[in-house]
Amino acid sequence: MSGPMRLEKGGLIDRSREIRFQFDDQWMGGVAGDTLASALLANGVRLVGRSFKYHRPRGILTAGSEEPNALVEIGKAARRTPNVRATTQELYEGLYAVSQNRFPSLKWDLLEVNDLFAPFLGAGFYYKTFMWPRAFWERLYEPLIRRAAGLGALSKQTNPDHYEKAFAHCDLLVIGAGPTGLMAALTAARAGADVILADEGDRMGGRLLSETITLDGQPGPDWVAGVLAELQGMDNVRLMPRTTVTGAYDGGTFGAVERVGLHLSAPAADLPLECFWRITARRAILAAGALERPIAFRDNDRPGVMLASAVRSYVNRYAVAPGRKVAVFGTSDDAHRTVADLQAAGVEVVALIDARADATTTLDVPFYAGATVTGTEGRLGLRRITVTRAAGSRVIDADCLAISGGWNPTVHLTCHMNARPVWREDIAAFVPPEGAVPGLTPAGACASRFATTDCLGDGVAAATEALTALGAKVSPPDLPRTDDAAWRGAALWAVPGKGRAWLDFQNDVTVKDVQQAARENMVSVEHMKRYTTQGMAPDQGKNSNVAALAMLADVTGRAIPETGTTTFRPPYTPVAIATMGAGGQGAGFAPQRYMTSHDASVEKGAPMIEAGLWYRPSYFPRAGERTWREACDREVGHVRTAVGVCDVSTLGKIELHGPDAGRFLDLVYTNTFSTLAPGRTRYGLMLREDGHVMDDGTTACLAEGHYLMTTTTAAAGQVMRHLDFVQQVHAPGMAVRFTSVTEQWAQFAIAGPRALEVVNGFLDTPVDDAALPFMGNCAVTLGGIGGRLFRISFSGERGYELAVPARYGAALFRDLVARAEGLGGGAYGMEALNVLRIEKGFLTHAELHGRTTAFDLGLAKMVSAKKVCVGQRAAARPGLTGPDREQLVGLKPAGAVKQILAGAHLFAERAEAVRENDEGYVTSACYSPTLGTTLGLGFLRNGRARHGEVIRMVDHLRGVETLCEVCDPVFFDPEGGRARGETS
Amino acid sequence: MAKLPETSPAAGLLPLTHGGLTLSEGPARRMWMIQPYPGREAGLDAALRDAHGIGFPEPSRSTGQRGGRLIWAGRAQALWIGTADPAPGLAQHAALTDQSDAWAFLKLEGAGAEAALARLTPLDLHPSVFKRGHAARAPLGHMSAILHRRSAALELFVFRSMARTAVHEIGVAMRSLAARAAV
Repeated sequence: MSGPMRLEKGGLIDRSREIRFQFDDQWMGGVAGDTLASALLANGVRLVGRSFKYHRPRGILTAGSEEPNALVEIGKAARRTPNVRATTQELYEGLYAVSQNRFPSLKWDLLEVNDLFAPFLGAGFYYKTFMWPRAFWERLYEPLIRRAAGLGALSKQTNPDHYEKAFAHCDLLVIGAGPTGLMAALTAARAGADVILADEGDRMGGRLLSETITLDGQPGPDWVAGVLAELQGMDNVRLMPRTTVTGAYDGGTFGAVERVGLHLSAPAADLPLECFWRITARRAILAAGALERPIAFRDNDRPGVMLASAVRSYVNRYAVAPGRKVAVFGTSDDAHRTVADLQAAGVEVVALIDARADATTTLDVPFYAGATVTGTEGRLGLRRITVTRAAGSRVIDADCLAISGGWNPTVHLTCHMNARPVWREDIAAFVPPEGAVPGLTPAGACASRFATTDCLGDGVAAATEALTALGAKVSPPDLPRTDDAAWRGAALWAVPGKGRAWLDFQNDVTVKDVQQAARENMVSVEHMKRYTTQGMAPDQGKNSNVAALAMLADVTGRAIPETGTTTFRPPYTPVAIATMGAGGQGAGFAPQRYMTSHDASVEKGAPMIEAGLWYRPSYFPRAGERTWREACDREVGHVRTAVGVCDVSTLGKIELHGPDAGRFLDLVYTNTFSTLAPGRTRYGLMLREDGHVMDDGTTACLAEGHYLMTTTTAAAGQVMRHLDFVQQVHAPGMAVRFTSVTEQWAQFAIAGPRALEVVNGFLDTPVDDAALPFMGNCAVTLGGIGGRLFRISFSGERGYELAVPARYGAALFRDLVARAEGLGGGAYGMEALNVLRIEKGFLTHAELHGRTTAFDLGLAKMVSAKKVCVGQRAAARPGLTGPDREQLVGLKPAGAVKQILAGAHLFAERAEAVRENDEGYVTSACYSPTLGTTLGLGFLRNGRARHGEVIRMVDHLRGVETLCEVCDPVFFDPEGGRARGETS
Repeated sequence: MAKLPETSPAAGLLPLTHGGLTLSEGPARRMWMIQPYPGREAGLDAALRDAHGIGFPEPSRSTGQRGGRLIWAGRAQALWIGTADPAPGLAQHAALTDQSDAWAFLKLEGAGAEAALARLTPLDLHPSVFKRGHAARAPLGHMSAILHRRSAALELFVFRSMARTAVHEIGVAMRSLAARAAV
């Protein structure tokens, strides 16, 4: 037996499949087809949560995704998910749910005391109270409020679950699979269109699953099953149940969340819990239906007060009696329908209260026309209601009250591209305006056509119109006949009277709050919303927006259209961040780029560090070395005294071809390349259009009209993009083409006095200084494999870079390192590479950080005056040169403190270290084992004229102050004889 | 010296089979980027037809058969894939750049290949839209890829350095589909 309130027959549930679950650590039983909410109701559980602000006891209000009260936490530990709506959570074996926002228990909650202070906690309370004293906000008020404020808590553990993102494309996206959506999908599918039918429910059919309406004489669910069976059999139709379309975006794109594994007891590890879809549709039909609206009256928030449509869902679909004595209060024929359904299911109905004075009924029920409910009783659940008529009041025993205040079309998606819904006085509801979202047609109840017959016809019409626009030929299917009458009702937003009447259940906003906001001149609907927080809870005011603004209109004496409405933003229902960020956890955040030497470096124990997307070895530790510095100092020593090997494949390599390639290089580089002879290599500087330095690197002339440009690792993509831009915009006629060959060539730096010995060990024809002088290049072969050899140096030593096709990279690196080790050297990593280049004053993007000019870097002479280059004019603008500029300098410690720290700022020796006196900053720093001191590179105002001066480096963050001597940025071998091979 | 041993971009990572899908590494091929110089497109096309019997592909298309084919790879460029290098004479009309080691060449085969890639690329790969001989330069996850449909297989080309990420991400999509099918 699945609970005392389960009806003996009926419902779309499978009574043969019993399911055990826990709520607040109590085991209960349900059946397949249940939601958590229906199973709780079947077990007689009415109290399921506490409200956000006043901690009022709350029960289940709805049977759908608009539920404001029944939010629970599902799962344990790292797998715990807060704020799950019990009304949409499908039941599964072992489901573990806990109520939220209560302490110590749901029935005895300490913060219920808030409810007693309600007169002081109304709209604007926080704004008025916590303003003073100011300092209290951060330390006292905010932490307290945060602790007291409601809704569930995150586990604060890493999410172990798998989520997914995906794209889909179709001719027609149908949003919602109720009568409208099903007919639209059927019409389009039969016409051969590629159709996606998405519905947020676990079972398609919409209200037809919850009503007793018949179609062509069949019960609603049977007719639905027939349509679905036909759609399922068609190749051009994709049915997406459990998929909520959450947003409408540009170009016919829609966001949607599919619940994939959330309804399963033990989902497989590879199964995503949810999938975030981006669906691109040529046309879309919004068949989202409508949401029933509550009526505000005194204490209308007690557990047991429920929307009439939800009552019918629980009775008809889930075979659950929502109470033993049910009263029904409404303003339309829906109230009568509810009574009929309850009675047919054998549930006692104690009163039918219809606010319309002229209402009549043939039902056998105590009937109160022209009456309203003016109060309720029952601390943890409804016990009695007060019914008031002109003739007087009467108290009636009831443990469930179904309320029906009419329907609000679900216009949410039509607002996502800035359209505002339009008021229709005849049905007292907001409807979507024409053309709210290009390509999207609202149809059925969400377009204010509530009767099932109208919905069916509207679905066919909308699909026909959409497909005709796409050029398809449509033969509309026959419409089934229904026994559903047109909707008849009147608007009733709130029952006048004393006490608190709730509008927004989720954020605890009452009619009085709205009235108070208006009295305090928050008469704009946007101000009222923010002042009272109405509509700002996760349900986005689905149950309360229209009623709240109707109250605002009433109190300000304006009409509803004049008062206006707030609008809806995506997502339609809350989306887990884990779902939107699917695939982005950990290494999924960005692609990982590996060099061919990666495995060899890892085997040698090198810690791999990120350089952009690349992974490069930081250093290669050897036995006995306890710190990275020991390894780094040794590796620097290898290069300065023997030979070191470093994988430099990550540097950008761009190959340029064409008769105009030289001219093109002249345009993008500040210096001249058209004069560079084959076999020669030149250092180049590249500016952005605004005159600041973009990148530097060497470019080799491999042959006439054939060049190889290198870029820094960091700027490889940027330079490629820049070249493309320059060619397309500035030089479209030049006969030049270029391609990235970064990935094609594995390239290794071999540097040090014994570098040539290592290199020649691999070449089929050895080279010497005559064949390959400094800044030369040549083609080589290694065991018959074609390679390229460059005589360039980023360390200041005799240096070569040897490039081979990447397939040989892994093998060549191992052999090069072994050879170097045999000569007293070895592999070196990024740390040593950095030290070597700082000793030489070579630049990286620490210095080329985007705000420096050629002048700042001391490279003004590299900007050739004999030709035009990109950025040349802009670099000559006032303010980009001169003594006021911060210029590249070297820094050496000049006092007792020896630390130089990148990021620290520079001040005159005796100036106070405050912003106004800031004269520059340190960009790079290291300990130089070669020179036995710390070194820094930095930018100092008028720095080139201040060599020899002692200044003060202050690192405010790390609390370090160092006196530094300003010097030339080239600390080691300023003549460059070592790189040329003249000295060693 | 002795010839250095070769390592393919996806060595040790493939093939991979989940459900009805198999991801494998394509055979080692000679690959060249061929980029006609401005105004030389017709000359290149004629020279290609002369030397190899295939024309330069239209945007988002490929040309050619076994032996040598060209896959459009972006503005004014196509990727030559062949068992041999393209004719050197083409250099009169176009820049020829060796890319044989630059790309990881992957093949995804089996029913649902499009669904697996729909987890990674925003392109509509439905066979009625992305047909045989269609090519695209498009994102694959956070990577930039060349996609091409050739008979039964979807061919993918990603940067060699990203082969591990590509195999991992396509593998996740394949496993996810297999897990969905098992529900």
